[in-house]
Amino acid sequence: MDSYYRAEDLAKFPTMGEEAGELWNKFMAYYGAVFEEGALSAREKALIALAVAHAVQCPYCIDAYTQACLEKGANTEQMTEAVHVAAAIRGGATLVHGVQMKNIAKKLGF
Amino acid sequence: MSIPPFIDKMKEAALYPLYSTGISVLQVNVGKTCNLACKHCHVEAGPGRPESMSRETMSHCLEVLANNPIGTLDITGGAPELNPHLPWFIASAAALGKKVMVRTNLTVLEQPEYQHLPELYAQHKVEIVASLPYYTERDTDRQRGSGVFRSAITVLQKLNSLGYGQWELRLTLVYNPGGAFLPPNQKAVEADFKRELGRRYGIVFDELFTLTNVPVGRFLKFLQETGNLAGYRERLAKAFNPAAAANVMCRNLISVGWDGTLYDCDFNQMLGLACNRGVPNHIKDFDFERLRQREIVLADHCYACTAGAGSSCGGAIVSN
Repeated sequence: MDSYYRAEDLAKFPTMGEEAGELWNKFMAYYGAVFEEGALSAREKALIALAVAHAVQCPYCIDAYTQACLEKGANTEQMTEAVHVAAAIRGGATLVHGVQMKNIAKKLGF
Repeated sequence: MSIPPFIDKMKEAALYPLYSTGISVLQVNVGKTCNLACKHCHVEAGPGRPESMSRETMSHCLEVLANNPIGTLDITGGAPELNPHLPWFIASAAALGKKVMVRTNLTVLEQPEYQHLPELYAQHKVEIVASLPYYTERDTDRQRGSGVFRSAITVLQKLNSLGYGQWELRLTLVYNPGGAFLPPNQKAVEADFKRELGRRYGIVFDELFTLTNVPVGRFLKFLQETGNLAGYRERLAKAFNPAAAANVMCRNLISVGWDGTLYDCDFNQMLGLACNRGVPNHIKDFDFERLRQREIVLADHCYACTAGAGSSCGGAIVSN
């Protein structure tokens, strides 16, 4: 079936460096450094990445970070909670913008 | 995407041909009979498997241990407990002054006819290497079958009550991934197991080994049936680590099949790849000098032992 997103396209990610090698190398060096063990463990970072992947709805990232979380020893219970964190922040962000709506409605109304 | 042949990778790493560097462990697979039928099992062990090592073949193993400087007998299966000669085999090896390890699925030790074995293990200071794929019931039972986790916990508590996991009676747990992915950092997941098993069940143990699932036997069938084979093989090949490859377990271990055939490891055993390149390949013809510097038989499944931090019967090969 034809699809806009194809799993095998993830392997083509490095082609983004073909005409912008310096930018790509800087990005990859930064990316690698971000995910190293630091004040946060590699597993905590993978769970954050999984949550963000859902928030930005990137199928490649969901694919990659589901595998990464499992390979860092996380279980699906923890991964599901991470996705709920993303959902809560997205939902909360929607709702809190309701204050903006109320402010404008109040300003426009009698 | 196809992966390069494993031998080519070893050539690139200047590790081909690969030779053994000694034999410190005689790993004996005493049979394929098991009370479980786990999804990851490379042996395809289960209740219906009749293969079981005879007392005569065990006697040959004991002769080899008695006559050669091999310090450790590592007993595996199947469930080793289901071989009726196991108590005698352990007692005889211990009497030779050898370190004895038994790889157990734990649950078999809850069955009435085998409940006495933990005391026998303790008497001979057998090191217990116990499979427990995860510290939660759901993840463990999904891989090993319903009720396995509860049973394993009960047996671990009994082993603790005998002194296992404390002082000189060593208790090692073995994690393996619950599917087509690599194991986590061994120290990190060991800390999780210690914290969670201690907090929830009061269980203590000495250390945890992480193993990589090898695409052989029942796990290979799982990969084929779920469309995961190509992706998993690629994952293993991409993670090839020369440092792990230089220290794979087959370099200082020899594996004995239930019928006495010699192999470089338990995975080669399941694939029928006996020791060759001109060395003896049966326990009756064991020749320490020739076997300790044998050329090891390699194939693409070996990628599993060389991926990431590596994998061996003693867990990760390099610290990650």
